Amino acid sequence: MMIREDMEILSHELVADKTYKMTLKGDMPSHVIQPGQFVHILIDSSDSLRRPISIADVDLTSGTLTILYKVLGKGTASMAEKPVGEHLDVLGPGGNGYPIEEVSASRALLVGGGIGVPPLYYLAKQLKEKGIDVTTVLGFQHADAVFFEDEFRELGEVIVATNDGSYGSKGFVTDILPSLDGRFDTYFSCGPAVMLKAVSETLDDFDGYLSIEERLGCGVGACFACVVPAPEGDAKGYRKICRDGPVFRTGEVIL
Amino acid sequence: MTAMQVSLPGLELKNPIMPASGCFGFGKEFSDFYDLSLLGAIIIKAATGNTRYGNPTPRVAETSSGMLNAIGLQNPGVDRIIQEELPFLSEFDTPVIANVAGSTVKEYVEVAGKISQISHVRALELNISCPNVKEGGVQFGTDPELAAEVTRQVKQVSKVPVYVKLSPNVTDIVSMAKAVEEAGADGLSMINTLTGMRLDLDRKQPIIANQTGGLSGPAIKPIAIRMIYQVYQEVDVPIIGMGGVETTDDVVEYLLAGASAVAIGSANFKNPFICKELIEELPAAMDRYGFTTIEEMIGGAHR
Repeated sequence: MMIREDMEILSHELVADKTYKMTLKGDMPSHVIQPGQFVHILIDSSDSLRRPISIADVDLTSGTLTILYKVLGKGTASMAEKPVGEHLDVLGPGGNGYPIEEVSASRALLVGGGIGVPPLYYLAKQLKEKGIDVTTVLGFQHADAVFFEDEFRELGEVIVATNDGSYGSKGFVTDILPSLDGRFDTYFSCGPAVMLKAVSETLDDFDGYLSIEERLGCGVGACFACVVPAPEGDAKGYRKICRDGPVFRTGEVIL
Repeated sequence: MTAMQVSLPGLELKNPIMPASGCFGFGKEFSDFYDLSLLGAIIIKAATGNTRYGNPTPRVAETSSGMLNAIGLQNPGVDRIIQEELPFLSEFDTPVIANVAGSTVKEYVEVAGKISQISHVRALELNISCPNVKEGGVQFGTDPELAAEVTRQVKQVSKVPVYVKLSPNVTDIVSMAKAVEEAGADGLSMINTLTGMRLDLDRKQPIIANQTGGLSGPAIKPIAIRMIYQVYQEVDVPIIGMGGVETTDDVVEYLLAGASAVAIGSANFKNPFICKELIEELPAAMDRYGFTTIEEMIGGAHR
């Protein structure tokens, strides 16, 4: 059930190149059902659209949730100016996340790219709690853009790749995947569409889950701004990223 | 009659507030937020003859005081809307206005004939003004003769009153309004979006995959107010006004310009509770400007 509330900014810090981490306090955390869900934030009251940002962590004890975002436009630039103590108009939690209750595998591979990395963190924690072994591959553009490597390392093995080779191994996350053959039974990925497509093609022997990013309109499933086509023969022919997703099983949608 | 009620052809509205077509789906998602029986009416997403998958994404972009969209009339087609979507709305004590679109006059007639037979569909909104599809849509809305022709033929088959949704992408809105009124329109709905574009400066290409999109939001409100003001003076049928309504002051402005009811579009994206909040706050706004009924506000700027 989605709610709308003014959440207090408890902390807000730069953690990597143009990448900020923010913790928000309110009732929202108790409504989060799955890792991979998102919050839809009205950054300024004069904005016409909210900004969807995936939930990176939830702490029910303190009633907080953590989000990470990258400054890519006017909205996120304005968000970066928000001081601790201020409140944000938040709608959420939105969408269907990673269905961890369905996961029967004992070894999971997590593949994240850039600002697609954050939702995998809450997922990794939940998988670990279920006793599932987690290996994480993180891809970033360059050394300055790397974040959350240590956080993931507390939960399992982590391999980092950068496009320019300035940190970790040089290349894309897909260059790493062959070396992990035989070490996982299922996978979970989040990142740009081009990366998700490459990952799902490289791992086409496996069933996995992909979280897709797209510009959203309403964020509640009413406006049809964020649809993605489904394979031929599908009764509906499409999925709404904000409502049916943002997480889909491999093969459920056409990337 | 209570202070908030409005009577229009086919529509007994308990208040003048309704969500606009395309911004509210078929209602289901918003029923998680509030009781849809509170609404004056619900204008559902456009229905076409067959399933349409719409335009490629991205389909939306924010602009100064507004947004662009190019959804492209994605909908499951009139038969599946009747079977799968409309039954849900019969649970609420709120009249449904069905938005009807097509590529040809024949398609408009087919859709109107089918959907107007559903008992809780109390009126049609004839969509001759969608700027985001290649065929049909706005071509009917920019030529008075074509607009009159499609209106006339839909009127012949519709079991309920027909409101024609006008496009602002014309030089002379009054001649369009008069043409459809003469062709038998029971009311007007105005305005649809204005065709616009935004470029991504890094890619040096339009942000929206369709290149152009329809501009909505507060940016277009002065255009809508001007057009409604002009049309109100020249036609006798009622007008449902829309374009950038976000506050009760906006509602009052639309009513004074000549609208009999007001539809809320993009603002539902920013605040899913907006229609409910406007309905709750409207009595205070009426009081603020010295009115006791909605009826006495309609066209108030012309007296």
